[in-house]
Amino acid sequence: MKIVVCIKQVPDTNVVRLDPVTNTLIREGVPSIINPDDKAGLEAALQIKDTNPEEIEVTVLTMGPPQAEEALREALAMGADHAILLTDRAFGGADTWATSNTIAGALRNLNYDLIITGRQAIDGDTAQVGPQIAEHLKLPQVSYVENVEPGEDYIRVRRQFEDRYHILKVQLPCLITTLTELSEPRYMSIGKIRDAYEKEITIWGLADIEDKLDKANLGLKGSPTRVKKSFPKSGKGVGEKYDDLTSDEAAQKIIEKLKEKYII
Amino acid sequence: MYKDVFVFIEQRDNLLSKVGIELLGKARELADERKQYVVAVLVGEKVQNYCDTLIKHGADKVVVVEDPILKEYMTEPYTKAVYHIIETYKPEIMLFGATSIGRDLAPRLAARVHTGLTADCTKLEIDPETGLLMMTRPAFGGNLMATILCENHRPQMATVRPGVMESMAKDEKRTGEIFIEEMTFSQEDVNVEIEEVIKTESKKKDITEARILVSAGRGIGGPEGLKPLESFAQVIDAEVSSSRAVVDSDWIAKDRQVGQTGKTVRPEVYFAIGISGAVQHLAGMEESDLIIAVNKDEKAPIFDVADLGIVGDLNEIVPKLTELMEKELAIKEDIE
Repeated sequence: MKIVVCIKQVPDTNVVRLDPVTNTLIREGVPSIINPDDKAGLEAALQIKDTNPEEIEVTVLTMGPPQAEEALREALAMGADHAILLTDRAFGGADTWATSNTIAGALRNLNYDLIITGRQAIDGDTAQVGPQIAEHLKLPQVSYVENVEPGEDYIRVRRQFEDRYHILKVQLPCLITTLTELSEPRYMSIGKIRDAYEKEITIWGLADIEDKLDKANLGLKGSPTRVKKSFPKSGKGVGEKYDDLTSDEAAQKIIEKLKEKYII
Repeated sequence: MYKDVFVFIEQRDNLLSKVGIELLGKARELADERKQYVVAVLVGEKVQNYCDTLIKHGADKVVVVEDPILKEYMTEPYTKAVYHIIETYKPEIMLFGATSIGRDLAPRLAARVHTGLTADCTKLEIDPETGLLMMTRPAFGGNLMATILCENHRPQMATVRPGVMESMAKDEKRTGEIFIEEMTFSQEDVNVEIEEVIKTESKKKDITEARILVSAGRGIGGPEGLKPLESFAQVIDAEVSSSRAVVDSDWIAKDRQVGQTGKTVRPEVYFAIGISGAVQHLAGMEESDLIIAVNKDEKAPIFDVADLGIVGDLNEIVPKLTELMEKELAIKEDIE
């Protein structure tokens, strides 16, 4: 079985802060990580590989700037067999449509039975690229997957909804998008970290995949959506704040407020 | 010619999801500005009986696709049904709930149609000059807002989280037209096999539907710390929700989580108890009508959005509040 895991290198948004003076994002010093949903998907792939390490091959694929190689090295150190970096200025500025077209083009260059993407990336939170890759490749998709059991020529997955789960059986090849809660990613092993730096990372630019896609659908020009503007979130007006009340007074103050607003 | 504002109406087990009605309210505003119609798209096994409700909540037309295959949500049959509607009616704008269904269906559809899609919008407006839909959404984990346009492709598609838009009050006088689309589905449209459906509904109300939320943060100190909040919630007929930290520590179930990776809520009152207020949390609750925060850290960012902020010890304040509230409500009952 051949598994391709699509990962994204993202800034850790938990530590992203706004510059209070310029109201712009402070990117310096923000660590880059493998997107958590993707990392859980990679772990799921490696667990499948653990059941038959000789027969099952895990390839990680990412699209991004050259430094996204770090994310691939980390994936190799966790146990992935191969890594591919899709990088080209022609891919830059892409929205989810153009991104999914680019990645689908690269996937057409590969053999796969199962494609795994994270449900969503923490820097964009769109959850769109996975399903859109599946559509471009005409594959069945299951998103919000929180458990995977491999079968002979199918997988059985647990698909999360707000109020229920579906247990689904899907014939391979197919694409799933995984949730962080699916699996706790393993640590890199010392031996594998060493190996990871010896392994070769395949680097593909536009020339390597251009016969597999329509070039009109790439990058900023191929993106149907455009960011018109971005701005920091406006805070609301300052409310009342008390730091010197006894608990009795505090409780009384809260009740007054609820009465004032006709809540009680 | 692309025209009209279409809304995908989500239903589960033939029960309408609230988000569809909320989107009809927003669609009504957008359509009025564009001088166009609001069209509800209703897909399911047997759902026609809801047409009237949808019209009274703002739809001018309802397009219905019914088939037994559409009973439980599956990506491909639903994509096929809505794709058919888009190709037939050519909407200018189409809205979906940003639920685990909408966020699966909308991207697949946008790819099939070849149009843009903007996820999890918190604001939708028509640009008065160009007539384009301006879709505003949080980015970078809620640190930044971005306004997105889809200029050259139609429909302009967006998903919106439940609880973000306000539904229109039911107007009994409204009338509208119903269109039944005849479509045939075959087993070939089913590329996944549903082996089992496991419902996880708890008796508790969904936090997005609650009028009052008592929300717990890391400051409650442990699973035991939830009890005083639950007692208080019971007294004022509220639901208990939480920040991500409380869910990650397994003190409460995931479905109670408010925030970027949880649910967006806009109750009449939101009590933030021991919640520091990371941007990811604020993104999910700052639209609440009244925010009351109790936290011992006077620098906690939650105080920046709170209408009433109390710097103090929640372990003393919450039980006291419960006690006073009980008395208060008892007096009120006596008067009534």
